[in-house]
Amino acid sequence: MPRPPATQDWGDPRETELSTPVIPKEIGLAMPAVGAVAESFYVAPNWKLVWWRFKKHRLAVVSAVVLFFIAVIALVPGFFSTQDPNQTNAQELFIPVQSIHLFDNGRLRPFVYGVSGERNPRTLRMEWEIDETKKIPVRFLVQGYEYKILGLLPARLHILGVDAVEDGASLHLLGTDRLGRDQWSRLMYGSQVSLSIGLVSVFLSIFLGILLGGISGYFGGISDLVIQRMIELLQSLPPIPIWMALTAAMPREWSVEQVYFAITVILSLIGWTTLAREVRGRFLALREEDFVIAARLSGCSQMRIIFRHMLPAFTSHIIAASTLAIPVMIINETFLSFLGLGLRPPAISWGVLLQEAQNLQSIALAPWLLLPGLAVIITVLALNILGDGLRDAADPYRH
Amino acid sequence: MLQYIIKRLLLLPFLLFIFSLFAFFIIQAPPGDFVTSYIAELAASGSSMGQAQIDALRDMYGLDQPMSVQYLKWMGRILHGDLGVSLDWQRPNLELIEERLLLTVMLGAFTFIFTWAMAIPIGILSATRQYSFFDYFFTVFNYMGVATPTFMTALVLMWLAFKYFGISITGLFSPEYVDAPWSWGRFVDLLKHMWLPAVILGMDGTARLARIMRANLLDELNKPYVEMARAKGLSEWQLVLKYPVRLAINPLVSTIGWYLPLLFSGSVIVATVLNLPTIGPMLLRSLTNQDMFLAGAIVLIYSFLAIIGTLISDILLAWLDPRIRMEEG
Repeated sequence: MPRPPATQDWGDPRETELSTPVIPKEIGLAMPAVGAVAESFYVAPNWKLVWWRFKKHRLAVVSAVVLFFIAVIALVPGFFSTQDPNQTNAQELFIPVQSIHLFDNGRLRPFVYGVSGERNPRTLRMEWEIDETKKIPVRFLVQGYEYKILGLLPARLHILGVDAVEDGASLHLLGTDRLGRDQWSRLMYGSQVSLSIGLVSVFLSIFLGILLGGISGYFGGISDLVIQRMIELLQSLPPIPIWMALTAAMPREWSVEQVYFAITVILSLIGWTTLAREVRGRFLALREEDFVIAARLSGCSQMRIIFRHMLPAFTSHIIAASTLAIPVMIINETFLSFLGLGLRPPAISWGVLLQEAQNLQSIALAPWLLLPGLAVIITVLALNILGDGLRDAADPYRH
Repeated sequence: MLQYIIKRLLLLPFLLFIFSLFAFFIIQAPPGDFVTSYIAELAASGSSMGQAQIDALRDMYGLDQPMSVQYLKWMGRILHGDLGVSLDWQRPNLELIEERLLLTVMLGAFTFIFTWAMAIPIGILSATRQYSFFDYFFTVFNYMGVATPTFMTALVLMWLAFKYFGISITGLFSPEYVDAPWSWGRFVDLLKHMWLPAVILGMDGTARLARIMRANLLDELNKPYVEMARAKGLSEWQLVLKYPVRLAINPLVSTIGWYLPLLFSGSVIVATVLNLPTIGPMLLRSLTNQDMFLAGAIVLIYSFLAIIGTLISDILLAWLDPRIRMEEG
């Protein structure tokens, strides 16, 4: 179908007011002919409107793509890592970042320079230097150590790697830490825990938030009063000291899984309040809407009104609010693990990695230990932008 | 107004009661009781205690009695100003906290002032120059401010200062003032050291508040009264500062209620990284060493500080906005 001429665009609603239906500028995109657009606009279901509007927020779309890649890494970290993340190596402590060079003498042949270490006779510490005479070719899709996809399928394939280990030919894209563990691989594995902790605690928060916020907003009265006071109480608490105290109260002998679950519960204990407020506000606003009154008058049961009529009307809001809640959870987990109160080694999360960079001595010695922080920043940034985009798109009728 | 304040004040003991229950739960959480650990600690340092003394201590903490009695005894001692003795430091908790409390509150207040002093002008400029370079610059800054964990900022700055200037930016005092009594010189020295933690700690808050300010002001700027004033020939700055800004600040005041708890909360981490003598690092240390009475006391104090903050914001809001005090009064 031909595109309409520019003058007929949805630019100024005032011009088209009488002749054609007004289509909000924000939605008017990917438009075929006038009539068809108008029709497709008016019959489009809510999610389609949301989608159209979301697509206009370019940064949010970019963020979604970035997050998709991060999610893929979190699903199969083994494929993206170059070494077993828990393998220590006393011969390779604090190796600096080996950056990949793509071109070798003008030809596309990725390689890294080798490193050679020498022990400082005074401090007895290994000091590494990039050895430009030694080029280690980097290969794609190589066989390496064995890992399990999703904890089930054994596999040996890795996206990057070096040929069978010659003398001293090692690949440490982000350097190594004080035990000689490969930081790149640890970062890949850490994304799994950090992201999933964010997701799981947000799911718990959503559950609590919808339940309590819904009760509060729909029924009102005394239950509203009690829940609102409870939310106020929880929100007036300084969260980090409380979380610190709660995580410190966890028994030492708990397994990694138990600690993991306990942390999601602890984080969502305060996290649900924001979502509950959002849900309550929506319920209060929708309760007076015509379509809800109509449903009530035609004799729908309360459950049907809530789940069939009201909930779909603000699902997009809940999704947006939850997206904005995930980064908060990720940062908080990082805080706790950084302080040594969250996940404990051998579990790997971004916070656990950053714990290695807790004081000036270790950063001065090995600044690359700060790099996992970049992963946190990128992820949180992308989630925030995506959440903002979703929030703006959540209400397609408002401009 | 008075009635409103009294109502809020009456709520205070109730809130404190709930927080004290929580703090007590924390104290009770780890296995073993205080007196046993205390005796072990004493034995480790080479001294011992007579059986009579032990019995007196057990009785004082009510260890043989039910939880509720233990709680009441603990609460009774707190009300008499006795927060217990720290296992780790071998000193009364009250003394330990007292030293650091002033600095904690000062850091909080300082950061708070910095946040507002930065956020309001940024918000006003971003709103009045919407979509300008300035606006975009601060949008990016705001996103970064929210996305960067405070300890990362602290660590990176610490590293840069060390690498390029060879200085260490930890602590709140120069070496000669660390143990000195309060004097004008010490105070000036404190201010010299405090601005950096305050900036680091306030970055996140500045970003959030500036965004709220911008949104509020944008809403106001579209209202007819602004157009009216403009039509009357008021100069743009006079107009913006005199009417819409005043209205846009009101919702900002209500953020104090949640911002102050977050501020005290975040200061724990910044203070730990920068090694500041506030109660935050002390909480971390007491928790890792299972010095639970100290930890409980600090959690209680944090909650108390947060409540005072909420109270101040409520009163401020009621004072600024007649609609609130009328409705509740």
